[in-house]
Amino acid sequence: MEKKEHIISILVHNKPDVLARIAGILGGKGYNIESLCVNTTTQYEISKIVMTTVGTQDIITRIENQLQRLVDVIQVDDLTNVESIHRELVMVRLNLTPDRKEQIKKAVDTNKWKVIASADTYMILEITGDQSQIDFALARLEPLGIADMTRTGIVALNLEN
Amino acid sequence: MKLKGTQILLKALEEENVDIIFGYPGGAVLDIYDELYKSSMKHILVRHEQGAVHAADGYARATGKVGVCLVTSGPGATNTVTGIATANMDSIPLVVFTGQVPTGLIGNDAFQECDITGITRPCTKHNFLVRNIEDLAATIKEAFHIARSGRPGPVLVDLPKNVMAAAAEYDPASIKIRNHEPAYRPAFKKMNNLLEMLTAAKKPLIMTGGGVILGKASDLLTKMAQKYQIPVTGTLMGLGSFPGTDPLWLGMLGMHGTYYANMAVSHCDLLLAVGVRFDDRVTGNIDTFAANAKIVQVDIDPSSINKNVAVDLPIIGDTQAALKDLIKFLDEHNYEFDKSQRQEWLDQIDDWREKVPLSYCKNGEVIKPQFVIETLYKLTKGDAIITTEVGQNQMWTAQFFHFDNPNTFVSSGGLGTMGFGLPAAIGVKCAFPDKHVVDIAGDGSIQMNIQELATAAQYKINVKIVLLNNGYLGMVRQWQELFYEKRYSHTDMTYAPDFVKLAEAFGVVGMRATKPEEVEAVLKEGLALDKPVLMDFRVSREECVYPMVHPGDSINNMSLGSRETIN
Ligand SMILES: Cc1ncc(C[n+]2csc(CCOP(=O)(O)OP(=O)(O)O)c2C)c(N)n1
Ligand SMILES: [Mg+2]
Repeated sequence: MEKKEHIISILVHNKPDVLARIAGILGGKGYNIESLCVNTTTQYEISKIVMTTVGTQDIITRIENQLQRLVDVIQVDDLTNVESIHRELVMVRLNLTPDRKEQIKKAVDTNKWKVIASADTYMILEITGDQSQIDFALARLEPLGIADMTRTGIVALNLEN
Repeated sequence: MKLKGTQILLKALEEENVDIIFGYPGGAVLDIYDELYKSSMKHILVRHEQGAVHAADGYARATGKVGVCLVTSGPGATNTVTGIATANMDSIPLVVFTGQVPTGLIGNDAFQECDITGITRPCTKHNFLVRNIEDLAATIKEAFHIARSGRPGPVLVDLPKNVMAAAAEYDPASIKIRNHEPAYRPAFKKMNNLLEMLTAAKKPLIMTGGGVILGKASDLLTKMAQKYQIPVTGTLMGLGSFPGTDPLWLGMLGMHGTYYANMAVSHCDLLLAVGVRFDDRVTGNIDTFAANAKIVQVDIDPSSINKNVAVDLPIIGDTQAALKDLIKFLDEHNYEFDKSQRQEWLDQIDDWREKVPLSYCKNGEVIKPQFVIETLYKLTKGDAIITTEVGQNQMWTAQFFHFDNPNTFVSSGGLGTMGFGLPAAIGVKCAFPDKHVVDIAGDGSIQMNIQELATAAQYKINVKIVLLNNGYLGMVRQWQELFYEKRYSHTDMTYAPDFVKLAEAFGVVGMRATKPEEVEAVLKEGLALDKPVLMDFRVSREECVYPMVHPGDSINNMSLGSRETIN
C-alpha cells in the first residue's frame, strides 16, 4: 500500500500532559510525527492538535485508533480524506550585509514578501502559504543567505463540516 | 461540612464499594494511613508494593470488580510499575493510589519524589496527578469509572501530601464526571453479514479470549456454541470462558495449544473470534493463520481489530452486548445449520483429538509436573481458583487443569510476569475465603515474590502453593534445549533455598513430595489444612512442554515431543 502524508486533526481536553500522552503513544509504537501544531479552540478547555504523519492507510487507521484510546482525546479526523485547506507560516531573518543589502531589498519588493521587523542590519520576513508555496519561497530566499528561520507545522481546516 | 483530603479518599472508596485495599505505607501517605487507622476499611499490608498490585489484580480477575492499591511516593510508586504493566496488558481494572511530595516541591527532586504519572503513562489506561483538593473527589470517581468502562485497565492516581491535608466540601451526589463508556452497538447490517457467513460455513469455529471474561459474556458464548454446535478453542486469557469439560471444547490454541485446536483453526472455514487480540503466541506465522477461513472479530477496542490479522468482518462492541444481539438475531432469522455437515466437522476434530490427545510420558520413578496438575484437578474436582506463575508451570496448568467457569484461571498472559502467582492468589483468597485458591508455581518465579508468604501467614490467608520444582528456569531451558543445542546458559536454579524450611520460617506449612506415589497424599493433606501451605514437588527436571509450535512457524506445524510411557 502507498505511503503518503496525512494531516490529522485531534480535539483534546486541554490538560497539562495531553501532548505528552499523544507523543508517547505514537512514539512508543514507532510512529513518527512530522509536524505538530497545538492551540486552544473557541472553548478554553478544548485544544486542537493538527499533526502530520506519513504512512499507509493501514498505519494511519492504527494511529487514529491508538489516539482514540486516550481518555483525553475527544475526536480524531483525517483531513487528508476530506476537502481541506492547509497553511504553514515561516519567519526568515536575512542579515543586511553591505554586499547583499541592495539585492535583498529588491527581491523583497518584487516578491511582495511581508516584512514584519527590520533594522539597519537585518530584516525579518513572514511568509504563509501551503507547503509548496513555502518551499518555493525558501528556494528563492536561499541565495540571499538565510541567517535563521523558524517554520510552524501545518494547520488545516476542512472546508465543510 | 468540609472534609480533609484523607477523609474524602476513604469516603470516596466506600462510595465505589471498595471493601479491601492492598498497600504499603511511607512518608508521603502517613496522613492517609492515619485515617485508615481510624476507619473500618480492610487493608492488607503486603511485603513489597509489586505484591500489592498483583494481589489487587488477582482480586479483580476473580471478582470482576476494581482492585485497589495504596503505596507511598518514590520507590513505593516505582515498585508498582511491573504490576501495573501486567494488569494493563491483560486489561484488568485497577486503581492504584500513590503518595506524592507536596505540590510545591514537585519538580525539585525532593526526597522520594518521582514522576510516577510520567513513568506509568505508557502502561496505564490513564493516570492523574491531583493538584487541587477541589478535584480530589471527582478524580477518584472518574478513575474508577475509567478503570472499569469500555476495555478495562489500570488507572493511577497520584496524591500530593499537601492536597491530602487540605480540606474541601464533599458531596458525592453532586459529582459530575465525563462518560467514558463507548456507545458502540453492532449494526444490523453486520449481524446480517454474520448470519450469511454462518449459513455458508461448513466448518465454523469459535475462538474465545479474555474479552469474553471481562465482558461477562461467558454464559452467552456457551449458550451460542452449544445451541448451534460450534466447537470452541480459546486463548490463555480465555480459559474458563467456555466449560473446559464440554465435548465442544478443544482446549487452548497457539504455541502450546492442543494439536486438535490448532488443526481446527487451520482447517475451519469460519473463525468467530470473540474478545481476542491475536497475540503472536496464539497465531504463529500470521500468513498461514486460519488461512482457509473467513475471520469475524468481535472486540470492544477498535485498535485490536486488523492489528495482527486481517479480518473479514469486524464487529466493534462489548462482547456481552454483541453476543446478546447476535443470538437474538440468529433466533429471529431462524438460523439453521446442516446437522450432518456439522457432525462431519465435529468428527474430523475428534479424529485429530484421538490421533494426538493431550498427553505426556508417564513415569513411575520421577514425578511428572503434568501428573501433579492432573492429581490436583482430580482432588479438587476442578472446584478451585488457580493462579499461576510464568513458564512451563503456566502452560501445563493451561493444558491439564480444566476450567469450567470464568474468573477461575488467574494468570499473567500478555506481560508474562514471573512472581505474579503468589500475590495474585492472596488477592483471590481475600475475595473467596471459602474456595480452594492454589498458585501453581515454578521454582524460579516463586522466588520473585516469596516475601508475600509473610502476608499470607500474618492474615491467615490460606492460599496453597503447588511448586513444580524442576531446579531450572524451565521454559527458558526448554528453548535452550531446542534452539541453542542445550547450552543451558544461566538457567540452572539448583542453588535454591530449602522451600519447606523457607515456608516454615515464614510461618507457612511446608511439605514435600519426591516420588510419584507421594503426590496425592501431599496434595490431599495440603489442601485440607486450614493454613497457608507450600508443597514442594520435586519434578522431572528436563521435561518439555508439548505440543509446541516453533516460533514463527505455522500453528499446524507442531512438534509433539515424546509421548511414549516409560514405566
Ligand atoms: C519477571 C520475568 N523475568 C524473566 C522472565 C523470562 N522467563 C520466562 S519463563 C522463565 C522461567 C521460569 O522459571 P520457573 O518459574 O522455574 O518456571 P518453569 O518454567 O521451570 O516451570 C523466565 C526466566 C519472565 N517471564 N518474567
Ligand atoms: Mg522451574
